[in-house]
Amino acid sequence: MKLSQLKIGHSAVITAVGGDGPLSLRLLDMGLIPKTRVTVQKVAPFGDPIQITVRGYEMSLRREDAAMIEVEEASR
Amino acid sequence: MILALVGNQNCGKTTLFNAITGSNQHVGNFPGVTVEQKIGVVKGHPNCSVVDLPGIYSLRPYSQEERVTRDFILNEKPDGVINIVDATNIERNLYLTLQLLELHIPTVIALNMMDELRGNGGSVNISAMSHALGVPVVPISAIKNEGVADLMDTADDISRRRERPRVTDFCPYGAVHRCVHSVMMLTEHRALAADLPPRFCATWLIEGGDMADKLSLSANERQLIELSVTEMEREIGLNRNAALADMRYNFIEQLCRDTVVKCTESRERHRSVKIDSVLTNKYLAIPIFICIMMLIFYLTFSVIGSALSKLLGAAIAQLASFCDRLMTDSGVNSVIHSLVIDGIFAGVGSVLSFLPIIMVLFFFLSILEDTGYMARIAFVMDKPLRKIGLSGSSFVPMLIGLGCSVPAVMATRTLSGSRERKLTVMLIPYISCSAKIPIYTVFCAAFFGRYQVAVMALLYAGGILLGVMTASLLSKTVFSGRPVPFMMELPNYRLPSARSVVMLMREKARDFLQRAFTVIFMAAVIIWFLRSFDIHLNVVTDSRDSILALIGRAVAPIFAPLGFGDWRVATSLISGFTAKEAVISTLSVLTGVSIDQLPTGLSALFTPQSAAAFLAFTLLYTPCVAAVATIRRELNSTQKTVGIVIMQCAVAWLVSFAVYRVGALIL
Repeated sequence: MKLSQLKIGHSAVITAVGGDGPLSLRLLDMGLIPKTRVTVQKVAPFGDPIQITVRGYEMSLRREDAAMIEVEEASR
Repeated sequence: MILALVGNQNCGKTTLFNAITGSNQHVGNFPGVTVEQKIGVVKGHPNCSVVDLPGIYSLRPYSQEERVTRDFILNEKPDGVINIVDATNIERNLYLTLQLLELHIPTVIALNMMDELRGNGGSVNISAMSHALGVPVVPISAIKNEGVADLMDTADDISRRRERPRVTDFCPYGAVHRCVHSVMMLTEHRALAADLPPRFCATWLIEGGDMADKLSLSANERQLIELSVTEMEREIGLNRNAALADMRYNFIEQLCRDTVVKCTESRERHRSVKIDSVLTNKYLAIPIFICIMMLIFYLTFSVIGSALSKLLGAAIAQLASFCDRLMTDSGVNSVIHSLVIDGIFAGVGSVLSFLPIIMVLFFFLSILEDTGYMARIAFVMDKPLRKIGLSGSSFVPMLIGLGCSVPAVMATRTLSGSRERKLTVMLIPYISCSAKIPIYTVFCAAFFGRYQVAVMALLYAGGILLGVMTASLLSKTVFSGRPVPFMMELPNYRLPSARSVVMLMREKARDFLQRAFTVIFMAAVIIWFLRSFDIHLNVVTDSRDSILALIGRAVAPIFAPLGFGDWRVATSLISGFTAKEAVISTLSVLTGVSIDQLPTGLSALFTPQSAAAFLAFTLLYTPCVAAVATIRRELNSTQKTVGIVIMQCAVAWLVSFAVYRVGALIL
């Protein structure tokens, strides 16, 4: 599934990072690489972007960018 | 000796910079770097200077700021690098560190926020980490000023001895290792010939960076590199960028397992989550944001700021009348007397009294920034801003624009997309800056009595509305294109350091005073001169005969359809180009009425409708000379800048005309 489809409060492990050019580079720089665990914390009041926890910090990410990240939902 | 301070955003870099340098800072310009950087002399190390480079996550030139940092280090070759690392967010912070170490410049790691980490039961084996990375690591707490002296001693020492990082292989043996080393072998002599660090060049080439031409590689060499990279990609099943990121993060994860005891859910984190459950709550976020902004404006403009302004204004008036008496008593030449009292005191003095308002506004803005609330605002506002082609991060420069357009335009550097940057820069002049406040205050007091605050709010809202309309129009026409990804860290909420807030206020006060005594002083003197002399350079008795009246009369017809065709008004608008505060000081000088009497003095020149039209015009017409210069530098185009100025003036005229006509119907 895609990271953008993950429900609030759920965690998953990244399996692949897609996207082209600057987007994928920035995702990698921020530590979103395969085998990394991410948790969706909340959704902004207007429904986008989403807030995720990765490597112990919080970051915000637009849904369309999160859709570039393939994840496998972790058992809770 | 020059040291470069490099680190992620939100890792306490500015706090550390302030702690290192104290008040001994100035803004400098380095050749080749188009951006102004803050430089300071290190306390206790008088021959050592530190350059504060922009907060970045990676040396890949993805945003303007990353390019600035990379180019600064590669071209200026600082004697040493201080890499500040947030110990509570160590993995992502060390990612930049690994890239920095490849540059092979004497480096020391400042492990910041150690107090927070320890306070939550975490710890770091400093000597083991230092050994693994091949550079000295110094634990510090910038906010508590702990370990900073130690850090600077180490930095001074390694730069003096040119102690470069020990070369460390971040890649365990395998496909990536083979690829990195074969590329390095192939290009090492070229890199050394070009005076560039070989390992940095190799990873840069693998990641597809713009290095091949710089190293003047032959077609054959390029092909060999490509071959070795594709082989690596096939072997490990990741693309080149992911492979290198994976290699770096693997090294970091192993390093952290060996040397760091992470704290479990820290108190700070826990507190942040709690605060966020209110501040970015689905229903509360927007109302709370509006309340906070309204409170800030209320406190700035009608409680603290204005009270202090009145006090300062009164003090300046006292001083002026004292000088006036002194000069009259001692029989000073009347022209000089007039220059000092009507020119300088009326011009500069009146503007100076607005200093407290500006300082109070920046006090609040810096608190919003330092606590981490600005990032939340960007998070909340991203979706609506995207509709007009911007992103949540554009919101921060826009808020700064309420203070002053110059730092606001400079703040757009944090935006990664050039389309988004340009759009934000073009939107900023619509946001009413604090220099226009004197104009609003005086006119509102004169013409709108108890509706003052409403008119004020209307002006701000109207400016933003027009800006939004312009931006959405431009983003659909001239600047159409894909929005850039918006990724932003949401740092834990922190209490701002008093030192940083005070330093920022002092900096703004200094900027303002500098302008008051340079640009505004000059403007005041020039206008006094033009007003006091006629074309044959004789002293005029009636300002109607002055040179200024001549110029003003030539321009005035343009403003006649807007209801303020008087030459004095036209002249004040022209002088407003030097600085917006000069509009009021010029009006005061030309009408011969002191600022506090100005509201009554203006009724001879304006009706309420024309006053409203005048306010609309001043809200929208060309930004001041300093802002125009900054816009030109950031857009790097004289043509576009002139376009913006012309467009602003045209929009101002049209809106002002509409306001005047509609006003005539209502009032």
